[in-house]
Amino acid sequence: MAAALHLDGLCKSFGKTEIIRGVDLSIAKGERHAIIGPNGAGKSTLFNLITGRFPQTSGTISLHGDDLVGKAPHEINRMGLSRSFQITNIFSNMTVFENVRCSLLWSMGYKYSFWNLLDRSHKLTEGAEEILEQINLTERRNLPAGVLSYAEQRALEIGITIAGGADVIMLDEPTAGMSHSETDYIVDLIRKVTENKTLIMVEHDMGVVFGLADYISVLVYGEIIATGRPEEVRANPKVQEAYLGEVLEAEH
Amino acid sequence: MSDISKTSAAPARAGLLSMKYMPWIIAAILLMILPFIFTNNSSITIMSQMWITVIFALAYNMLLGQGGMLSFGHAVYMGLGGFFCMHIMNYVEDFGLALPLPLLPLFGGLFGMGFAMIIGSFSTSGAGTRFAMISLGVGELIAACSIIVVAFFGGEEGISGDRTYGLPFFGVEFLKQIEVYYLISFWLMVSAVLMYLFSRTPVGRMANAVRDNPERAQFLGYSSRWVRFYSFCASGFFCGIAGGLFAISYEILTEENLNAVQSGTILLVTFLGGVGFFFGPIIGAIAFTLLQTVLSLQTELWAFYAGALFVATVMFFPGGLAGLLMMHVPAARFGKLKTLGVPYLKTLLPGAIGILGLCCLVEMTFHYRHAATGDNEMTLFWTTFDSHSVTPWLLVIAVTAVAFFIMRKTAPELKEAWADANSPPKGGA
Repeated sequence: MAAALHLDGLCKSFGKTEIIRGVDLSIAKGERHAIIGPNGAGKSTLFNLITGRFPQTSGTISLHGDDLVGKAPHEINRMGLSRSFQITNIFSNMTVFENVRCSLLWSMGYKYSFWNLLDRSHKLTEGAEEILEQINLTERRNLPAGVLSYAEQRALEIGITIAGGADVIMLDEPTAGMSHSETDYIVDLIRKVTENKTLIMVEHDMGVVFGLADYISVLVYGEIIATGRPEEVRANPKVQEAYLGEVLEAEH
Repeated sequence: MSDISKTSAAPARAGLLSMKYMPWIIAAILLMILPFIFTNNSSITIMSQMWITVIFALAYNMLLGQGGMLSFGHAVYMGLGGFFCMHIMNYVEDFGLALPLPLLPLFGGLFGMGFAMIIGSFSTSGAGTRFAMISLGVGELIAACSIIVVAFFGGEEGISGDRTYGLPFFGVEFLKQIEVYYLISFWLMVSAVLMYLFSRTPVGRMANAVRDNPERAQFLGYSSRWVRFYSFCASGFFCGIAGGLFAISYEILTEENLNAVQSGTILLVTFLGGVGFFFGPIIGAIAFTLLQTVLSLQTELWAFYAGALFVATVMFFPGGLAGLLMMHVPAARFGKLKTLGVPYLKTLLPGAIGILGLCCLVEMTFHYRHAATGDNEMTLFWTTFDSHSVTPWLLVIAVTAVAFFIMRKTAPELKEAWADANSPPKGGA
């Protein structure tokens, strides 16, 4: 069976600066995979390469065996890959409900139609309400998304990301800037909504990473120095040296 | 909060249904009876112009408000639709083509849409400065073409025609302005309803999403570019309809109908009305047409006041007139709108007097500088006086100053009343 996501010799340079220097990574279907690493290691760039936000310099990316090279973000999304952003990225002038409903449109086959009236579609309304229920924002339904609290906006962003029914979900620092209780709330939410899906996340909070991930890859200076089960990665001397040592020390 | 919304969900739905159709029904009735209230010919002409501007402004707002695209050359689509219709009208006259006049705007719309498809194919790849600059460039280009391509645009004198040669439509030949008024009103209703429904379709909603955050929209499976393109074409269509109606109403089109001035005007109209709400441009178009027609009869300086109003709107009420109205919704919901009446009167009445005083000063200055030598008499607010003597100046300055002073004094009271009206009733929540 083809891996959900497969990277082969992926490189990206901006001018002379090499940000991603030959990443090989294979993520199986249904796996929860975390990518960790120090600041500036290229984690977000890696995300942007996979989702088609930037073109890669060399190497290949394939989703379920299909090549993603040269595809625009919206085309990649239609193939079943969805992502969230490090900086909250929602439709802030639209209501919470509209945010979720818009994220359902493509997957429900509405495309660019101008002959369907959205309010008429019960399927769409119910689908959106189900998602709202899942992310606990039913009560905030009719508020403009911009006025939600930070944690709620992040939850909404996750809701938008999963709503389209993509089976590969990529989350970029879903708990960044959150308090402990908010983090717990988001982690539960992520676990709940990504059941039976492939999850790839970038995260700095080691508690979240070790609690959520089946596999961990450590990215340092554009290269993956280790991939494996959480306990293996934790024990790996190279990782200790390059990154985890400091982080774990800092946390204790 | 949640309890309220849950328990009242069922009855609210029935209420919503009638709420949904009510504004449209009221609008249709108003359109029908207005000519019986304002019966003279000039008011009917003004109203005709108003409704054409409403269609144009609504179409423009499909881009600006709904899609977040700032166009500086949108008069092109209305103008071209109008020119095209004028040519058809002449064709009907010359060759006896069997085309009833009421259908003519449809062709204007299709032509506007066709042209929007060509321009949109390359201008809609971005929404920001790039789109604005292309729209400006295309606007200038077409305006320049109007002098060069004389066969289509008729050069400096434009092209004219006669609407009455078409097939009589159920016996109506559109000789009278009132018949044209109803034709325009009909198209206004049709266009407004269609544009409203467009905002409720998937592509219309995605236009909002792309406006708010084009990148996120991409990761929902939509190409921002195509979403913009569809909005652009739809907008071009309704602009073309407005152009066709213009051709029918005025029977002449010139370069003035598609130049940058016209494009600027519609931006002004739309912004004045408020881009954030569907009905905003309607208010804007009505207010602006009134300024343009009624005020211009009173003073040569009407454009100055319109400009001042526009600047004030942008600075103090970015939501436009519609935003100003909608600001009162929370207070109305709390049932406290009445408490605002007296404070409003206390502050806004002196404010209005002050502003009128300022206007008087502007008019007097204008008269003092520009009236023919020896013509010292001027009339303002039904009072005739000598603009070169000191007394009226002192009087107006005093009144203005006192009015503004009172307004300043009562403003805190209004602020307080406003804050009070916008807080939920005590014990209620």
